Amino acid sequence: MKVITANRLLNGDVVWLGENSNWVERVTLAKTFDGKDAVAEGLEIGVTAEKNQEVVGVYEMDVTNEEGVIVPVRLRERIRAAGPTTHPEFGKQAQAVSA
Amino acid sequence: MYRYDEFDASFVNQRTEQFKDQVRRRLAGELSEDEFKPLRLMNGLYLQLHAYMLRVAIPYGTLNGRQMRKLAHIARTYDKGYGHFTTRQNIQFNWPKLEDTPKILEELAEVEMHAIQTSGNCIRNVTADHFAGAAADEIADPRPYAEILRQWSSLHPEFSFLPRKFKIAITGAPNDRAAVQVHDIGLQLTRNDEGEIGFEVFVGGGLGRTPMIGRKVRDFLPEEDLLAYSEAILRVYNRYGRRDNKYKARIKILVHETGLEELKADIEAEFEKIRYGVLRLPDEEVRRIEAYFAPPPLEVGSATSDAVEARRAKDAAFAQFLAHNLNPHRVPGYTSVTLSMKPIGGIPGDASDAQMDVIADLAEQYGQDELRISHEQNVILPHVKLDDLPVLFDKLVEAEIAEGNAGLITDIIACPGMDYCALATARSIPVAQRISERFGTSERQAEIGELKIKISGCINACGHHHVGHIGILGLEKKGEEFYQVTLGGSANENASIGEIVGRGFSSEQVIDAIETLVDTYLGLRSGKEETFLEAYRRVGEVPFKEALYGAA
Repeated sequence: MKVITANRLLNGDVVWLGENSNWVERVTLAKTFDGKDAVAEGLEIGVTAEKNQEVVGVYEMDVTNEEGVIVPVRLRERIRAAGPTTHPEFGKQAQAVSA
Repeated sequence: MYRYDEFDASFVNQRTEQFKDQVRRRLAGELSEDEFKPLRLMNGLYLQLHAYMLRVAIPYGTLNGRQMRKLAHIARTYDKGYGHFTTRQNIQFNWPKLEDTPKILEELAEVEMHAIQTSGNCIRNVTADHFAGAAADEIADPRPYAEILRQWSSLHPEFSFLPRKFKIAITGAPNDRAAVQVHDIGLQLTRNDEGEIGFEVFVGGGLGRTPMIGRKVRDFLPEEDLLAYSEAILRVYNRYGRRDNKYKARIKILVHETGLEELKADIEAEFEKIRYGVLRLPDEEVRRIEAYFAPPPLEVGSATSDAVEARRAKDAAFAQFLAHNLNPHRVPGYTSVTLSMKPIGGIPGDASDAQMDVIADLAEQYGQDELRISHEQNVILPHVKLDDLPVLFDKLVEAEIAEGNAGLITDIIACPGMDYCALATARSIPVAQRISERFGTSERQAEIGELKIKISGCINACGHHHVGHIGILGLEKKGEEFYQVTLGGSANENASIGEIVGRGFSSEQVIDAIETLVDTYLGLRSGKEETFLEAYRRVGEVPFKEALYGAA
């Protein structure tokens, strides 16, 4: 199972492709893609978003569904989804606390 | 300190204007990311894991209070209130917005700073001994030469598209604190029998995936030939350096594949063609630039201070600070002070905006308005009056930059690692923090003595792990962080590349493994004066290996 991810062009924020071609701020809200064709379609949406100056650096990454919650497989992507492990006050993890 | 002339000021302003327009065109869709990326990189703007990252050049690690205050302001206004000093004597901001970067560059230009050539396949920021112009063991101040190299290499049209990046380091002291032998060009100032200044020249040093110690190509390069000879090296590299394989594109590979003698002959032949041309350094020009670095007027004082001795006797933390964080100054009555950016359990090289402001104030008040960033990620006040040490120390304690650990086991170099870096394969900073906590008591650190631990989060070796007395390289193995340990590296005048001690360790195991190595050293050293590195060089890897993995 995969999700499509990128950074917002304007501020560099980490985002994931959600429903209706929207870019969402939480990996848990990302749309998942199963199979090569579905992933290719997702990446295609990403390419268009790149062309529209919305995001940069689009790629797909592996996730698992843990009791209904989307969790990145690789540590790198888990850190990207949360923020620096050395600075819990910054990144998505900080927003999650204040939200 | 060097002041911009009209050429410097105008090209930095031009570049800022150009970049402002490039960002505008990018946001308007006139430039694609493929077109824009090389442009932003030329201005030090990377895209990392969480955000953009802006790397600002601090030429040869030298800056003043006003400049440090500007860095604090940028951290506070455009970032998240901190910056990170790097092993290239630069500073990185981890959270700038693309739309803000033209404004940041404008603000930097106001204090004669910029981010040009902090990325890309060009000649990068020239680095130098952080005690330059102050150290008692110095032959001459290396900064005038670093500045001459900076002027020559800035926007050098011939060397803007080299096969790969190119790093030059220079030291003016026989005790090399600038790691010159692990740079593409390493320059060691020296004097000949006639007392004239010149350079020992090393070429082809470097770390990364193929670590190599630089090879000496000149025992004595006369001062006047500095630029012509550097240009000759760069021309040979630019012509013959490999462009087919990124991982074999550094000059070290060219030295290795061509052979030293043949490459030396190529360099000398190129040098002969240009040595009497425009690059020959006129004596008056060198002296003119040297005048910018004229030492501050320091009154010769007593070699000891009663105020310091009185405080030392009753304050253990102050005594430890004196024992480790001072470097002998060429003027009696003065010393160079290392402000530790390595608080116990903290993040190596990070400084908050408030700390940067304090450092700026202290430089102006107690340090002749001079500051240095060391490649070991600390901040230096190069000229401090001995009598001022007690009050300075109190202010450092208040700002939490008073750890008396320079050169000790908790004075760790660590790259940003996977907490920030898009290239990283494992985290570095948390490993540094855990080691720092494990060994953090002042008694234990002092007992262990000089021990340089250097940690990189990937094979590119920004954390200089190859030249750590103990080096730690973070890798990924089956989806888990995994740490390889090397022993016996050194970046000083007796430089060596560390050797892998054996199979690597998980994140959980690696701190215990480091402790085993330290305990092994403590058990076998001939005395307290024998450092870890000396002991390792005497006994070899076997006792350490056995302690880690058992007898074979």
